[in-house]
Formats: sequence, structure tokens, C-alpha cells
Amino acid sequence: MADVRLPTTLTPLFPGLSRRVDVEATTVIGAIDELESQWPGLRDRLVGEGPTLRTHIHVYVDRERSDLDTPLEPRSRVDVIAAISGG
Amino acid sequence: MSRTLVLVGTRKGCFVLESDASRRDWTLRGPYCEGWPVYHAIFDAGTGSIYAAAASEWHGSAVWRSRDLGETWELSSEGISYPDDDGRKVSKVSTLMAADDRVLVGVEAPGIFQSADGGETWSLLTTLSGQPGSEAWDDPKTQPPGHLGISNLVPDPDDPAHFWAVVQGIGAYETTDGGSTWTPRNRGLRRDWPSDWEEVGFCVHKLVRSPSDGQRLYQQNHVGMHRSDDGGQSWQEITEGLPSDFGFAAAVHPHDRDTFYVVPLDPGHGRVMPEGKATVWRTKDGGSSWEPLRRGLPQEGAHLGVLRQGMAVDSLDSAGLYVGTSTGQVFASVDEGDTWAQVADYLPGISSVEVAVVDS
Repeated sequence: MADVRLPTTLTPLFPGLSRRVDVEATTVIGAIDELESQWPGLRDRLVGEGPTLRTHIHVYVDRERSDLDTPLEPRSRVDVIAAISGG
Repeated sequence: MSRTLVLVGTRKGCFVLESDASRRDWTLRGPYCEGWPVYHAIFDAGTGSIYAAAASEWHGSAVWRSRDLGETWELSSEGISYPDDDGRKVSKVSTLMAADDRVLVGVEAPGIFQSADGGETWSLLTTLSGQPGSEAWDDPKTQPPGHLGISNLVPDPDDPAHFWAVVQGIGAYETTDGGSTWTPRNRGLRRDWPSDWEEVGFCVHKLVRSPSDGQRLYQQNHVGMHRSDDGGQSWQEITEGLPSDFGFAAAVHPHDRDTFYVVPLDPGHGRVMPEGKATVWRTKDGGSSWEPLRRGLPQEGAHLGVLRQGMAVDSLDSAGLYVGTSTGQVFASVDEGDTWAQVADYLPGISSVEVAVVDS
């Protein structure tokens, strides 16, 4: 199970979603789709047309900057960051 | 007993100002929509719902909806995207329109999406492809500076298949078949720049239609205020007498087709009210003459900006006007603009103001 950590801007949009979620997936996009199945609409908050990660959403897998197709290990830590923007 | 709700879209969420029919005392609720930048919030009288078009820099564009006058909110963007292989992206949802049993949202890059289930799901209605000018707005290399989008949707309350759409920097288009086919409606408008097209290439900032005469339209253009007496088929300029030909906001009186309001701004980089004097201008004769409305508005050091959706008018017998500034003030008049009062301050920068009168 990957240990997925989500930004504080995301959790208020989906009742029951917590900052840390364990997800069974082999890629980043697989993990996002797994979350989508439990919280419909979540994928669109992180992924735009392409599909690509939204411009200011950064994903790190085991502390390495990653993309949607980055593979996950069974115990990977996935940090989803709402990167610096706005003000 | 009725309630007057002023929906205020800001850079940090949607707020609701509420009063009764007297509109003397106001309470403020919000922020809603989790503090997302809200570009336009409307009330749909047909369903009693509020819709707010919002675009988060992190989480993309969505339309928020409230079925209880703003107490609770949900969002959806299901269907608000171009196909993955299209090349265009939805970077912002800009403007909303409720018509009969559907809600439309205009987006950037230019397109209109519709919802027939109260904002839960959306589908692409049109990109106005094939219209003169569309090849330019669909090609990033030929676009003018800034983003182009659908900035204004104007309904015909008597015919849901009939409405107007404004493409930023291109002009106004009219449809009479629900959005399947379109006709440019810019004849007679002024432009101070070259254009490859005769019918388009105009910068329409705000288009409004008289509730008391469907043939009477007004617009605040990048260069000049204009009036149409034939449903937008032709336009004549009515700027003379105003301190500037530039501005964004416009509103037409609910019961008198000849009374129209604008907020002229300095046309340079500042784009604020001239001389630091907050002023709304009114014509009562269709633009032949203008009068400044200043009573109750700050007249010293008030360098205020008002954006295209930043002024609204209600439908009560003594019409109320509401102006929201890009520095977070809301001013209201309950006597058709003669006198004003500040009814909110210290809000985030205001993108839109709309008003609804509902039975409680």
C-alpha cells in the first residue's frame, strides 16, 4: 500500500477524505484513480487535460519529483503538494 | 416579506450580503467556496440555486452550487474540459447564465459548457468554431496579450434559445437556436486598432439588455459606451459627456430602457476612477446626456477599480444598484443611484456582483 499524503486545500472538498490515505496502486495516476473511485471528482482537482498534473500540483514519490506515470513500490510514500502560487 | 441577496464573487471566495426589501441594513456571510477565486456568482430564479464560477490555481476550474441560498455548497467540474487531444485547455470559468432549465458557463479558452442537472454534470455546448475570428482565438500564436475567453453571457428571459456571448477582444455573437449557430453583432462599434475582419475584432467589455425593452442593448466597450435599438444588429456610440471612454461595468435600469449606468475609468495602466473621486455615471435619455452620481461615494483618495461583472441592479420598484470594487468595497444605492452607502469593506478584491430578490 502506498502512503499518499494530500494537501490541505484538497481535503475540505471531499467529505471523509483525510490528509493521509493508504492506496493500492502501481503508478501515481493509478493511485489518483483509486482515490477518484472513492471520492468522485478528486482526479479533476489534480489532473488536467493531457492528462497531465495541474501546473501547481507537484508529486513526489519517495522524495523524488514525479509524474503521473511514475511507478510506485508497495511501501512508497507519495507527497502531493499544492506548490507555491497565489497570495 | 422578501430578502435581497447580493452575491459577491471575490479573489478569496464568494460572499453574500443580505437585507430585506428596504435594503437599509445588511449582514455579510462568507467566505464560501473554500476561498477559491470566484469570477462570477449568479442566482437562478428558476431553481432557487446559487452558482459560482471559480478557478483555483492549484485545483483547476469548477462551478460551485448552493441550493440553500449560500448556507452549504458543493462543486463539480465533471465534463468541463476539452478532449485530451484537442490542444485547448480550460484555464478559467469566467461567466455564468441561467436560462430555463439549464445553466451555461463561459470558459477560457473560448467555449460554453451547459448543465441540465443543476450543475452536477456538464457538457460542451459550443466553441463558436467557424465563426469569423475563431481561427485567431484558437491559435495561441496569434492571440493578443492576455487570455481570451467567453467573458459575458446575456440571456433573453422570454426565449431560452436566444442569447448573446462575448468573446474577449473579438466581439459579441448572437444565437437564436440555443447555441448551435451564431451571428456576429458588432456593426457600428468603434475600434482604434486594425482588424483582419469587418464583423469582429472589437473589445466588448460588458453587454447588457434592457429588461423593459428587449431591442434595447447597451455596452461598455474598450473604446466607448454604445447603444443598440435593434437587438444588437447595429450600434451607435454614446460616450459624449463622460470623462473617459474606458471602463468595464455597465447596468441598465430594470423598468426604464433609457436609464443606463457606467463606471468610467482611466484607460491607462491604472484603470481606476478618475481623480480619486468614486463616481457612477447615469443617463436617463439613452445616452444623449450623462450625470455623475457621487452622493455618499468617497470623493477623496478613492482610486477604485470596478471589473466587468462588478455592477448589478435589482428588480424592485425603486431600483437598487450595487457596485463592488477591486479593493473590496461594496456600495449600494436604493434610489436608482441618487445616493449611495458603503455596505461592505475589507473584502478581497471583487470580481463580480449580482443581486437577487427572493421570497422568504
